[in-house]
Amino acid sequence: MPTPAAGNAGGRLRLAAWVRIAAMTLTQRLPPPPAPRRRTPFALRGVKALAIGGGLSAVFAFVFGQRLAQTMVYSLSITLGCWFFIDGGRLLAARWVNRKLPADVPYRSEWPGWGWMLAILLAGTALGASFGLWLGDLVLGGRDALSYMLQPRQLGALLVFSLIPGLVATVFFHHRGRMAAIEAQAQQARREAAETQLRLLESQLEPHMLFNTLANLRVLIALDPPRAQTMLDQLIGFLRATLNASRVGRHALSAEFSRLSDYLALMQVRMGARLQVALTLPDDLAGAAVPPLLLQPLVENAIKHGLEPQVDGGRIEITARRDGATLVLSVRDTGVGLAAAPADGTRFGLQQVRDRLATLYGDAASLTLAPADGGGGALATVRLPYEPTTSA
Amino acid sequence: MNPTALIAEDEPLLAADLQATLARLWPALRVVATAGHGAAAVEQALALRPSVLFLDIRMPGMTGLEAAQAIAEDWPDDTPLPLPVFVTAYDQYALQAFERAAVDYVLKPVQPERLGQTCARLQAALARRDAPAAAAPALESTLAQLRDLLATPGLASAAGAPAAAAPPRLAVIQAGVGAAIHMVPVDDVLYFEAADKYVRVVTVEREHLIRTSLRELVPQLDAARFWQVHRGTVVRADAIATATRDEAGKVTLTLRGHADRLVVSRLYAHLFRAM
Repeated sequence: MPTPAAGNAGGRLRLAAWVRIAAMTLTQRLPPPPAPRRRTPFALRGVKALAIGGGLSAVFAFVFGQRLAQTMVYSLSITLGCWFFIDGGRLLAARWVNRKLPADVPYRSEWPGWGWMLAILLAGTALGASFGLWLGDLVLGGRDALSYMLQPRQLGALLVFSLIPGLVATVFFHHRGRMAAIEAQAQQARREAAETQLRLLESQLEPHMLFNTLANLRVLIALDPPRAQTMLDQLIGFLRATLNASRVGRHALSAEFSRLSDYLALMQVRMGARLQVALTLPDDLAGAAVPPLLLQPLVENAIKHGLEPQVDGGRIEITARRDGATLVLSVRDTGVGLAAAPADGTRFGLQQVRDRLATLYGDAASLTLAPADGGGGALATVRLPYEPTTSA
Repeated sequence: MNPTALIAEDEPLLAADLQATLARLWPALRVVATAGHGAAAVEQALALRPSVLFLDIRMPGMTGLEAAQAIAEDWPDDTPLPLPVFVTAYDQYALQAFERAAVDYVLKPVQPERLGQTCARLQAALARRDAPAAAAPALESTLAQLRDLLATPGLASAAGAPAAAAPPRLAVIQAGVGAAIHMVPVDDVLYFEAADKYVRVVTVEREHLIRTSLRELVPQLDAARFWQVHRGTVVRADAIATATRDEAGKVTLTLRGHADRLVVSRLYAHLFRAM
């Protein structure tokens, strides 16, 4: 299974990975969910146990010079009995334990724990061996191995010869089952990480925006080459910032504003006079440290849900100011307002900003979204602790 | 007569480029208008009656698909319906729907080669349509394609996202009248009619205005009981008394217990046939 951007979630997002993910989205195909590895069914484990038991008895018959057919019959029937009582007992016990303590560990649904298992092994071996001897007597006819073996002198040997293979088989099947469960869980985690990355990247590099920008660029190349070059530079700046955003911890507010103005310039080529922009960054705040592209989703929302639906477009104002120890950043638009915007469309972007603020600043930072006073539209305000310079 | 076209595209550079590329690939085609938003596209199309429409999907105010519906419904009978071509940058749900409905579409950035194929198809379709015998089936197939697209969940609003989980069924309409809220059981509603930013809710006794769009309301209604008969009208099927087709083929509905007559658009006229 391909594992795009697997592992370190905060790791660097390489362009190649993005292209691969984008290609997958285009075809709407994520890696298929890993088929949960089939647990070996009850009966199949029985067949496997019989094969092992048959093999062992053949070796014993040869080594101790016993008659093969007779040894085989008893050995197979004892194996059958032991498998039935031990494996069946394990499944029943596991189900019971699982019901009392809901499964929070992988493989719990099939494993009752070693304490239970040892008891089941002992009881299962005793029951299984007795059943096997009785069955063997029945098959061969006229023999009474059951009462012979139940004599105290033979009983020890019987239990040892049945118990040890039972124990070995239990360890073997348990280990394999647990490995399979752990592997399935790891695959699930990788898949979830990839999906989260994909959603994040899709929200940052919205394909609709990207292809529309490229369409405009394609036209400008023939029409106005210098302007095309400027536009391409802005696109490069925007892409580089987006792909690096998860790698850099903080950057200067001036860098944040120039990335936003790149993005807005791209949008202005597309929307023409329908988009007016005003950025206000006081000089003394230019060096303030902020998480990279923190405001990007807010600006995108303002355009996509505020201004684009409006036939005449509108104006977007981004300002920074200081309020004591707090840096206040606001994104204001004169668009259609919050009531008209689809609630679920904006939620992911807002949630992303809130999550980042919570991770980095805890309760010290906040994001509010409210109707803008006068002229309609929306006002998004981010408050975060003022850090005078970037440490990086 | 030379074929004519209308371009509806909110991004001015892309509109100009599409026009220039079309001029190169299909010199005989005359672009009679470029519209910057859906409502302008409808108005210009009905006034100028082009033979081909190039419609961007995402436009302010009204999507390309909604514009196509409005144009098809209000199109006069004496001119053949224009052939729609949808233009989109990236709408994977729309693309699937276009493929399924066999509607022509072009992706942005527009590749001249691909646009050339579309032009060739349009020329062939226009030539077929001008043969007198083929006019009726051509109209019906264009309508069927549009109906198919309109029935695609989430596409009509073209936000680019699939419809979220189906919204719950409405049982009662809550209509504000002054300081009071009137609870109108959905079963009592004869029909809903879009009125600007409101919807008129008409019952036997009276009518209410609710502040929602018909587009948002329709998914909350049982489609088997409430039939869309026009882009602006949804009627309760068992409230319909008769459906009458006049000599021009226009279908009009009368209602049980109410004097209003409702007009059925040509997109939905196929719903009313004798069993």
